Amino acid sequence: MQRSDYILKRTLFALLTVFVAITLNFVLFRALPGDAVTGLKCHNCTIQFKNALRKDLGLDKSKWQQYVIYLKDLAHGDMGTTFISHRPVRGELWDPIKKTVAMIGLGTVFSIVFGIFTGVISAWRRGTVLDKVSVWTGLAFYSVPTQWLGLMIVYFVADRIGLPHGGIQSPDYGILGNPGTLDFLKDRIEHMILPALTLGLVLYGDYTLIVRSAMLETLGEDYVLTARAKGMSNWAIVWKHGFRNAMLPVVTLIALSLGFILGGAITIEYVFDYPGIGLAIVDAIDKRDYAFLQGAFLALTLSVILFNFIADLLYFKLDPRVTT
Amino acid sequence: MSDVTTPTAAVADEAGLEGSAELTPGRRGFISTTLRGQPQAIAGLTVVVLFILIAIFAPAIATHSIHAKTGGIYEAPDGNHWLGTDDGGVDMFSLLVYGTRVSLEVGFAAALVAMLIGGTVGIISGFFGGWVDTLLMRITDVFLVIPDLPLIIVVAAIFGRHLINIIIIIGIIYWTSTARLVRAQVKSVRERVYVQRARSIGAGNTRLVTKHVLPQVAPLLIANTVLTIALAVFLETYITFLGLGDPSTISWGKLIENSFLGNAVLNNAWWAVVPPGVAVTIVILACTMVGQSMEDALNPRLRVGHLAVRRFRLRPLHGHLESE
Repeated sequence: MQRSDYILKRTLFALLTVFVAITLNFVLFRALPGDAVTGLKCHNCTIQFKNALRKDLGLDKSKWQQYVIYLKDLAHGDMGTTFISHRPVRGELWDPIKKTVAMIGLGTVFSIVFGIFTGVISAWRRGTVLDKVSVWTGLAFYSVPTQWLGLMIVYFVADRIGLPHGGIQSPDYGILGNPGTLDFLKDRIEHMILPALTLGLVLYGDYTLIVRSAMLETLGEDYVLTARAKGMSNWAIVWKHGFRNAMLPVVTLIALSLGFILGGAITIEYVFDYPGIGLAIVDAIDKRDYAFLQGAFLALTLSVILFNFIADLLYFKLDPRVTT
Repeated sequence: MSDVTTPTAAVADEAGLEGSAELTPGRRGFISTTLRGQPQAIAGLTVVVLFILIAIFAPAIATHSIHAKTGGIYEAPDGNHWLGTDDGGVDMFSLLVYGTRVSLEVGFAAALVAMLIGGTVGIISGFFGGWVDTLLMRITDVFLVIPDLPLIIVVAAIFGRHLINIIIIIGIIYWTSTARLVRAQVKSVRERVYVQRARSIGAGNTRLVTKHVLPQVAPLLIANTVLTIALAVFLETYITFLGLGDPSTISWGKLIENSFLGNAVLNNAWWAVVPPGVAVTIVILACTMVGQSMEDALNPRLRVGHLAVRRFRLRPLHGHLESE
């Protein structure tokens, strides 16, 4: 199949999935018992007032009409207003997402760099003690519950290396004069390191095992044997022949996992009290703020679809053998 | 992604057609083939059986009541309370023993639900092909992108936070990878000579599926289910940690949540934080080792796969490479 056909097909599929996801998002949240008004904590409200409010929010219309309105609003970028703070959901989402992306960015880079490094070495030195240690470390991080690893780091690591284990800003920040940009960055990054480390370690377990398996597969190929017979250096064999070809599954899987990380960071942010999208979601669950939850989940779903799409394209780009 | 075909997939299909004897050992020799010469499979199985025994004989093993205050708050471990007490003065060791029961219950039951849904969808999809296949696989694709949390929250809100609902929801979240795996396998089994022979002498679909397809797919399905148990135990801790668990039962996830909410870290009570996480890690590790050894023994080409099918719920790599 032609390149353009493939891209077109994947794009159409991605768009279709977005539409299904939006619809499901509507259905799932309207399936919840009661609505925004039932959940309202107000003892003095009369039934007339509640009905007026329902009318105001469009809840008196049929589900089908509500769905059309929901789609129309979404097309204009309007995700409704939160139940609690009565501010537009879109604005409320943006700030925590930025903070989360910074944190998971740091953790992901850590896990990718170390995961590739140890995975490649482990495959190259297959069967040695080094390999065994690396595989068991990977398996351990793969098996550990994320929130518990976070608690362990808070308990056993945070104080020892003198890093803050909660929040995003030191309590004394900005009290003595106006701190400069550099101080601001330093403070932010210090608060980011431990949650990022937790995420990084958990992902590291996945990545190092995937890289190792992919490398083992390519190192067994005939062209690696040929390269060795030609007398190429180990370095060139591992990186140019082995790793370049092992990249395909690795890159695709990492791209796929990126979509899920945003959701996976929820418990980490909860443990570290890091005010990102995860903490906002936990908060919203607690307060039954379904409008916010609906918006947040739409954002999470879209990130998954987006990265699936990117993975599809990468897969095609990296492997010229792909035909459809 | 399901319509991306690679040379690897072609090779696997060919192997499936011609070398079926080596790829799928008969069901009788299946367990012994898997265990022979695989110390890690034996070790994993031993650990799983041990935990099952602990779960069954929990009342006999527990040293104290888990519903009564039998010591001070956060009392350190001693001869009476082997693992100290929690923030309510309840014996931690007994809680851990009873927690095994609930955690394994959720793990096994949810994996069973996933196996039933995924197995059925995979067999129907792979056996009948055509538009049925396309429709079912598109539904699977959609399920793969829905973030788990909205489903969990909706179920918790509508049906209440009961253990049974948590089991069902975990099953619903994890059936997709099973379905894809089974479908790929069924597709290759369907074309084998003896199945076609049976068809030509007039065997009906029911007979073909139950007598010929199912026995060939069963070992792989079991291996996948063992891996799903690990995922389910993990997801239970995640759901519970977000406060969406069954409030009336004690699971390992609940113990981790309690240690977090009860500020065990601040109280320096390592005995309340460390044990439940270690227990979860060991069970996940053991199930992974057993399931992985089984899959490797059944189909060496899958080796890269399932490690990715995990907490961020990646699409399995084998689904990626071997479908269509």
